[in-house]
Amino acid sequence: MIVMEGLSKRFGDTQAVLDLSLEVSQGEIFGFLGPNGAGKTTTIRMLGALIAPSSGTATVAGYALEREDTQIRQRVGILTESPGLYDRLSAERNLSFFAHLYDVSDVETQVERYLRMLGLWDRRHEAAATFSKGMRQKLAIARALLHEPQVLFLDEPTSGLDPEMARLVREFITELKGEGRTIFLCTHNLNEADRLCDRIAVFNTRLLAVDTPTALRQRLYDRKVVFHLRHATSEYVRLVEGFEFVNNIERVDEKLVVGLENPDDQNPILVKALVEVGAEIQYVGELRRSLEDVYLQLVQ
Amino acid sequence: MNKLWIIARKEWAEVFKNRFVLFTVAFLPLIFTALPLIMLATMGESGDLEGLASDDMPTRFAELCEGMKGPECGQYFIVSQFMLLFMMMPLAIPVTIASYSIVGEKTRRTLEPLLATPISTLSLLGGKALAAILPAILVTWLGFGVFVVGAAVITGGGGLLAGILDALWLIAIFVVGPLLALAAVSVAVMVSSRANDPRVAEQLSMLVILPLLGLFFGQVTGLILVNQRVIIWMAIGMAVLDIGLMVLATQIFQREAILTRWK
Repeated sequence: MIVMEGLSKRFGDTQAVLDLSLEVSQGEIFGFLGPNGAGKTTTIRMLGALIAPSSGTATVAGYALEREDTQIRQRVGILTESPGLYDRLSAERNLSFFAHLYDVSDVETQVERYLRMLGLWDRRHEAAATFSKGMRQKLAIARALLHEPQVLFLDEPTSGLDPEMARLVREFITELKGEGRTIFLCTHNLNEADRLCDRIAVFNTRLLAVDTPTALRQRLYDRKVVFHLRHATSEYVRLVEGFEFVNNIERVDEKLVVGLENPDDQNPILVKALVEVGAEIQYVGELRRSLEDVYLQLVQ
Repeated sequence: MNKLWIIARKEWAEVFKNRFVLFTVAFLPLIFTALPLIMLATMGESGDLEGLASDDMPTRFAELCEGMKGPECGQYFIVSQFMLLFMMMPLAIPVTIASYSIVGEKTRRTLEPLLATPISTLSLLGGKALAAILPAILVTWLGFGVFVVGAAVITGGGGLLAGILDALWLIAIFVVGPLLALAAVSVAVMVSSRANDPRVAEQLSMLVILPLLGLFFGQVTGLILVNQRVIIWMAIGMAVLDIGLMVLATQIFQREAILTRWK
């Protein structure tokens, strides 16, 4: 749905994006992570046909950037970092204006549909200036969806929202994926990216890594399994160390933290061996590295 | 619906909720319409006007007084200064609206979602220009209509009314005025594409009024005689200038520069 090949953007002496090559499939939620000034918004603007790349090519929804910009704009929805609403106009008027610009066939129905979907119908006649930050963000999301775009670029969709509102927005994004839309999500919220995204790209002017969140963790860190015992002893440590497949082991209080390649197959072997020598296992769990660890490791 | 109209209707819905803009649009025509009527009413058949006609009026102006009797030429001389202001009105009003149209979108961060739509630059700027020009022209013409009716009532018709309804002034108000408005708006759009502050954009755009002020003072001092020939040449000149300015405005409006150089 989105294909980039060597996409670069330079502003004077500043290289904003360098040699970005990526593919995003239809129906995928693709996380685009990077520090401030990494070039994320510039990338979204290029892919949304708002600014031209300095070099490289891209296709969005099957249309070539620069050659078919109008077709691209017709097929993508962009949620900009700032909601950018017309404060003096009502919620309904804000949406109907954009619906007309996107040549939506039944403007009234479509506006009503999204106002209802996002819980703004009862306040449709009120000026956008009177809305809370969360409501403004929802109105901006509705605006990005009015023309039923195949591809959605969301720049910090939950930024500044309270937890309840942020959760609603995240659930809504998941629903959009269910409708088969491709979502390109820029966020600083790594938990959000971890929960929502099928794949994640870590980016800082150039692409640092791209994979599923789980694969990124595995790529950077061993998988570690924690055995919680009633009493951990050095005998148990030596026993576990004796298995060839164990990468490393560390005793922390009454826990054994074991590095494994393939915990799904190797855990039962270790559990059986420990039980046989009298270890009382309370429970076993995987030590999960946060996406933040992965991100910081890559960016720094 | 035509994209020009979509943009223009949004502009009107938004801009006329701004009291400052509403005041600007309403105040100027009100003053420019009321003042000449008040002057006509107070001048009446004063004998001083005969003196004005023979002594103080630029001699070349007498060419325009053909068919007028006694004080009518003096009245016509004074009223003709206001006729130039009627021509100036559609130039001053839309500048306020147009200056806010692009810079206002920039400062409120609404321009990026707008530029993300499939609208062409020509439709976007055309819609904004239309939104600025149309109210100004309508208000000017309305003001002129009120003035003509008022002048007819005050003077009882006659040579002065014929002078006001002369082809010279009809061309000035119905042709040159709108062309001047288009030029002013094109300049305002160009300036506001580059400026970051609506006030700066408005002040710079208002500079387009200077040549017309020169015309006004030229006529008052007798340096220039605004006759039919001058007005027709002005119309032709403005039409050519407008085409050039519109092309330039479209070229100067660079989406990328506007989006990336926001501060």
